[in-house]
Amino acid sequence: MKDGGYWRANLRLVAGCLAVWFLVSFGCGILFVDLLNEIPLGGFRLGFWFAQQGSIYVFLVLIFFYAWRMGRLDQEHGVEELAEEQEED
Amino acid sequence: MDLTTLTYLVVGASFALYIGIAFWSKAQGTGDFYVAGKHVHPVANGMATAADWMSAASFISMAGLIAFLGYDGSVYLMGWTGGYVLLALLLAPYLRKFGKYTVPEFIGERYYSRTARVVAVICLIIISFTYVAGQMRGVGIVFSRFLGVDITTGLLVGMGIVFFYAVLGGMKGITYTQVAQYCVLIFAYTVPAVFVSLQVTGVAIPQIAFGSTVADGGAWLLTTLDGIVTDLGFPAYTDGTKSGIDVFFITLALMIGTAGLPHVVVRFFTVPRVRDARISAGYALLFIAILYTTAPGVGAIARLNLTTTMQTGPVGAADGNLVYEERPQWFRTWEETGLLSFTDHNADGRIQYYNDANPEFAARAAEYGWKGNELTVDRDIIVLANPEIAGLPNWVVALVAAGGIAAALSTAAGLLLVISAAISHDIAKGVLTPNISEKRELLTGRISAGVAVLMAGYLGYDPPGFVAQVVAFAFGIAAASLFPAILLGIFSRRVNREGAIAGMLVGLVFTVSYIVYFKFGVDAATGNNPASWLFGISPEGIGALGAMLNLAVAWSVSALTARPPEDVRELVERIRTPR
Repeated sequence: MKDGGYWRANLRLVAGCLAVWFLVSFGCGILFVDLLNEIPLGGFRLGFWFAQQGSIYVFLVLIFFYAWRMGRLDQEHGVEELAEEQEED
Repeated sequence: MDLTTLTYLVVGASFALYIGIAFWSKAQGTGDFYVAGKHVHPVANGMATAADWMSAASFISMAGLIAFLGYDGSVYLMGWTGGYVLLALLLAPYLRKFGKYTVPEFIGERYYSRTARVVAVICLIIISFTYVAGQMRGVGIVFSRFLGVDITTGLLVGMGIVFFYAVLGGMKGITYTQVAQYCVLIFAYTVPAVFVSLQVTGVAIPQIAFGSTVADGGAWLLTTLDGIVTDLGFPAYTDGTKSGIDVFFITLALMIGTAGLPHVVVRFFTVPRVRDARISAGYALLFIAILYTTAPGVGAIARLNLTTTMQTGPVGAADGNLVYEERPQWFRTWEETGLLSFTDHNADGRIQYYNDANPEFAARAAEYGWKGNELTVDRDIIVLANPEIAGLPNWVVALVAAGGIAAALSTAAGLLLVISAAISHDIAKGVLTPNISEKRELLTGRISAGVAVLMAGYLGYDPPGFVAQVVAFAFGIAAASLFPAILLGIFSRRVNREGAIAGMLVGLVFTVSYIVYFKFGVDAATGNNPASWLFGISPEGIGALGAMLNLAVAWSVSALTARPPEDVRELVERIRTPR
């Protein structure tokens, strides 16, 4: 398959991002919430903060990071869209 | 100028703006009507997605929901934002590369089957209609609360506006009105939030304020809040009462469901390029997060405000409770609407607000001479009364009304559009009359949008008892039916027609039956509880299990049946690369 390297790199990147996605929400916000709640973050208990604030900020960073990294991956593998490309229908 | 006049003016001005935009962005052809000609800038698409996504419930009810649920409310915060990560990484760029108009169209082509397409249309219509009925109801409620007109009149006006720009402008009209609606709603949401935060904590940013100290006492706000609510017999604010597994599954179902909601997915068909689809999901989440990270701050601050307003001194002290005659002005205002009500059970003229469902505390309360909780609070008041509690001028109150209406209208329009596109593009053109001309297809689209508005209006006017209860389950159904089919369609070359159809049907039937059984089949008071749920998963979270079933069935059935044809495998290869 001609773009095998591209697709595999994409899958690796997606898997890494989803691991972080899972860790901050289901991990820090739900599974380990009681443990993390022992740690204060200002007036927040850390587990509670992840559940109501932190996870959302990490989600945001993840999407922008993925978009940026994929843009580079597209170029490295020469599959980026051309500037003038206008799709017909 | 009095509040009602001002509210009419502000709401009227926002309507004029939406109608103006609809004229300017009239759809010229089916491309405009379904996907706004694929010319939407990713930032504009992000805003439109945010408005599309944030419904009347997000705007009016969510902060209140969190205020009274505390930690348990986190399922909505994480669930309704985490889904955008799935959307950005797993679906949006590939569907954009596919480059057609609707979600069922993708499913139909990828699984080389009209049946699959029709099954997808059925899922889409069930999801979208349950969701849209709640929105139309929301429009009516906002009108009646702020403008004093009855719900039916409010509903008719709302239908008229949506009819106008959805039918005329299609996706193009909806997109640009949604951008305007986002600006209205986010401004209306954050301004009162900032002022309330300032008043209570001295910190202007709600996201930081609820982790700061209370302005006068010096103690941490959340610690103070945990203290006072537990003193009154409520569970601690920062601790949950739901089981861990249920919180896990509800969050997962909301995330997967969000990524599978057709009216959200289709927004990413409207941007020019694949990389715009990726970044646009980021902008969408950014604009959504502004509201979603503000809401828990508003919730915690308002809960503290409400509790300390009623409980002015130590719990149990004779003069520890607010004298009813001395209640603040906002209390009087919202009492008239029925959102707050007071019944003086022990006839002492003071307001006792506590958790009388907690037997241990109820016994102690009886020793104080309290005879039951005397204050009933509708959760919507947390957002609606915010500007008055903060002492903000009337124009801010008027703006909150316009914001609530914008939130409801934008979501309703997005839903109506996917319904009409499914009917005119997937059913009329895709199945019934494939040779239909573009002009006639556009006309069919407009007519079905019109019919959908009427039906949604009727559902909002006279909601069958179940509608209000099942709106939240639209997510479960989306999670269990559409999401897995799209995901496998992109990430597997092996999953075939038989597998996808079997998977969607199993996911849909399983999830709907579970919800119907626990919501309507058993006695709600005794039968619908953790002990009788499968693995302790509530109906709200069952969609996640439905999605897993769908995936498992699709895999197994595909493994036992023939591989997809060569051209379908090529289609999968093609959507995986941007060029």
